[in-house]
Amino acid sequence: FKAAVLIQRWYRRYIARLEMRRRCTWTIFQSIEYSGHQDQVKLHDFFSYLVDHFTPSSQNERNFLSCMFAEERLLKDSEMETYCDYESIEVPDYYTGPHVSFPLLPDHATALVEAFKQKKQLHARYVLNILHEARKYLIQLPNINHISTCYSEEITVCGDLHGQLDDLIFIFYKNGLPSPERSYVFNGDFVDRGKHSIEILMILFAFMLVYPKEFHLNRGNHEDHLVNLRYGFTKEVMHKYKVNGKKILKMLQEVFCWLPLATLIDEKVLIIHGGISDKTDLELLEKLERHKIISTMKYTKKPEKKKAAEESRSISAWFPLKSRSVPSSPLRLSPHKGSRSASIPCTFTPDRKEIFKKVRQSVQLELKEGQQQMDFSEFKDKEPLRFPLESEPNSCDFQGVNQEEWKQVVDILWSDPMPQEGCKANTVRGGGCFFGPNVTEQVLQKYSLQFLIRSHECKQEGYEFCHNRKVLTIFSASNYYEVGSNRGAYVKLGPDLIPHIVQYQANKTTHTLTMRQRISRVEESALKALREKLFAHSSSLLAAFKSYDLDGSNFITLNDWSVAMESVLHLGLPWRVLRPQLVTHTINNMLEYKSWLNDLAKEQVSHENIQSSLLEVLYRNRSNLETIFRIIDSDHSGLISFDEFRQIWKLFSSHMNVDITDESICDMARSIDFNKDGNIDINEFLEAFRLVEQSYLEDKDSELKGSETNESSCSGQGVH
Amino acid sequence: ILLLHWILVFNAVDGNNGESLQAKAGLLELQKKIKEAFEVFDHEANDTVDVREIGTIIRSLGCCPSEGELHDLIAEVEEEEPTGYIRLEKFLPMMVKVLSERRYRPIPEDLLLQAFEVLDSAKEGFLTKEELVKYMTEEGEPFTEEEMEEMLSAALDPETNTIQYRDYLAMMVIDEN
Repeated sequence: FKAAVLIQRWYRRYIARLEMRRRCTWTIFQSIEYSGHQDQVKLHDFFSYLVDHFTPSSQNERNFLSCMFAEERLLKDSEMETYCDYESIEVPDYYTGPHVSFPLLPDHATALVEAFKQKKQLHARYVLNILHEARKYLIQLPNINHISTCYSEEITVCGDLHGQLDDLIFIFYKNGLPSPERSYVFNGDFVDRGKHSIEILMILFAFMLVYPKEFHLNRGNHEDHLVNLRYGFTKEVMHKYKVNGKKILKMLQEVFCWLPLATLIDEKVLIIHGGISDKTDLELLEKLERHKIISTMKYTKKPEKKKAAEESRSISAWFPLKSRSVPSSPLRLSPHKGSRSASIPCTFTPDRKEIFKKVRQSVQLELKEGQQQMDFSEFKDKEPLRFPLESEPNSCDFQGVNQEEWKQVVDILWSDPMPQEGCKANTVRGGGCFFGPNVTEQVLQKYSLQFLIRSHECKQEGYEFCHNRKVLTIFSASNYYEVGSNRGAYVKLGPDLIPHIVQYQANKTTHTLTMRQRISRVEESALKALREKLFAHSSSLLAAFKSYDLDGSNFITLNDWSVAMESVLHLGLPWRVLRPQLVTHTINNMLEYKSWLNDLAKEQVSHENIQSSLLEVLYRNRSNLETIFRIIDSDHSGLISFDEFRQIWKLFSSHMNVDITDESICDMARSIDFNKDGNIDINEFLEAFRLVEQSYLEDKDSELKGSETNESSCSGQGVH
Repeated sequence: ILLLHWILVFNAVDGNNGESLQAKAGLLELQKKIKEAFEVFDHEANDTVDVREIGTIIRSLGCCPSEGELHDLIAEVEEEEPTGYIRLEKFLPMMVKVLSERRYRPIPEDLLLQAFEVLDSAKEGFLTKEELVKYMTEEGEPFTEEEMEEMLSAALDPETNTIQYRDYLAMMVIDEN
């Protein structure tokens, strides 16, 4: 029937075009992620640059450095009780949130879930209490949890949640709450990015305490306070817990480092957050002291005992990381190229001894005089926080793990699989590696394993098999980039160890939208992010366009436009395919580029006083800026001083070869110092350039929307 | 308009040399376009694409083949021993030909409308859900269940349980642009 065919033909074409748009949108997200990694690499370069070239000449600058290179330290047991003194925190009568008491019962845990569903917030006292108990429990766990399917019939493994409470609630709704008959493994990355990281942690820890044999957690790369500084968890905690936030953050450090590194089911299925490398050594991993790795971003070497206290160094190498769950397949920009390089970029030469000596001395001075900057300011009568370089022969708390051990853990938490054979440094993330099918095969054989389950990467379908179905990526945060961007999934394993996958997408609104509308929404979000990026490169783009505009007509061909875009942005995007979405006004296939660039600029906020070139620079470096701010703001007060701000800029801009005068910085800073007290509220500053994600403002809106779900399941995937 | 004319003239005044250069440039541009679309689906970055995605690529490049025509195209570019993958080096020349010859042009709106009218035997200006489902899943090159569901989600007017095809078409055409 010809008519039918006609309609079907037409319709299929329509769908194909939608599909193309959908894929392009995904590509845009991926490429922006990827280029974001370069940001992080830049940040690392900046810190290395500091170490290389910078001699602190003023107190401020020394402070800045000391923030970067200060040792983290875990609380000694004696300090723990005093510091984490939750019992002294009063819960006021008007508190309507859930109450928690120990020993924790299943009902308490369930009550927590219910309370969070109703948008209640858990009181700081209970948060600290739970963290305290969680830590006590985690300490006695081994690095690798060995569990068995004979305990409970089925084990459900979930991937990254990233603070998306809706997804966790959905999983419990669809799959059932944890119980002695229903085991769960959560494979890391519970926090950051989403708005309910702390709630998720509370629920997970509560169930872990209630059902220790059946409920298991692995550490992810985001269970790390340095990563949290960048990706939003720190912000969330300080925002929700204004009084006790700092304590909570400190406790979190204590808890995160005790999380197990891996889970092994029936000695056959290895579950780790990131992946493996060709050097992965499970025996080594079982033996090392995992809690010594407070953060995988900083490697702290054992101070050499032989040398006198003065001479010994603390070697902290910054690990340039883009930790955010990256979608699959790094782009054609082929980060796979290049040989395997050491994942610890910073090495020390004798020149730096001087810097460190100075830094140390000045910092010690600082410490003795006043301790406002330090977290431990409450404890004026206690021993001040000191570098482990002090003559403390018994400072066993500080001795980190050795380099090989550290690298093993980094590999487990940060690596990604790749289709090609071999094992290469993961230049995209800055640490860990890309491991090929042969590496998987090698490790599986070495330890007689059947397959690996890992997370760490966002997948459109919520899961993906690779390496001949020997590696399963499972990702449980649906709508990770944007409403409708991807599904979440979890996997169930029975005694036969055959994975059954369940997919879902937690959002009421997507249900009622047509496919076109869903795709449009995600697309619009991606395009917006892309346009912002374009804006951030306006001047370079203008220069590139001009080079094609040989006759000075102010017009260039669309072909030239595509080429120019790629040459400036290096995003590896299909510009010709995207062109209709980005360029709407063309005359005879030519583009009047100046007005196009102007339109782009108009979309972004403009701060009249600020030169547009400065604005561009800010946009380009926003995430790094924000991270640096937060590191400087060591007490998480949300304020940095005017001077600190100027310092940062001076250092950063000189390193980045940014041509900005000191004056313009000062002017800018002054115009933002609204209350003229010499302090800059970080959020206000970023807001002034609309750099702050409208997160907590939009939060109200999205909260009102509730969360129903639609899901589909596909099961019976055989393993081989 | 003046500007438009001026540019047209400007482009035309190229001379013979210019023309063949232009043709070459045109071809190059076409190839780039095809390559880009192909790469969107090239997940392993090795110039191959799963054969099941070829249809999407071809259609997104502006062609509107039927399933039968699509199969023929695929057969042309498949490997001797079908691997499940199509390589760019085979796909590119085929696609260039298809596009330059302007094969499988999209269907004009009025023709589509006529098609609906043919199915609308009662000439009432709408199709019932059952009618549409029957035609789409039993006639021509049948839809899968998924395809049918998806079409219904946008086409079906839930109150009357019918497909007001005139309105539906009008809406879709706007969507396209």
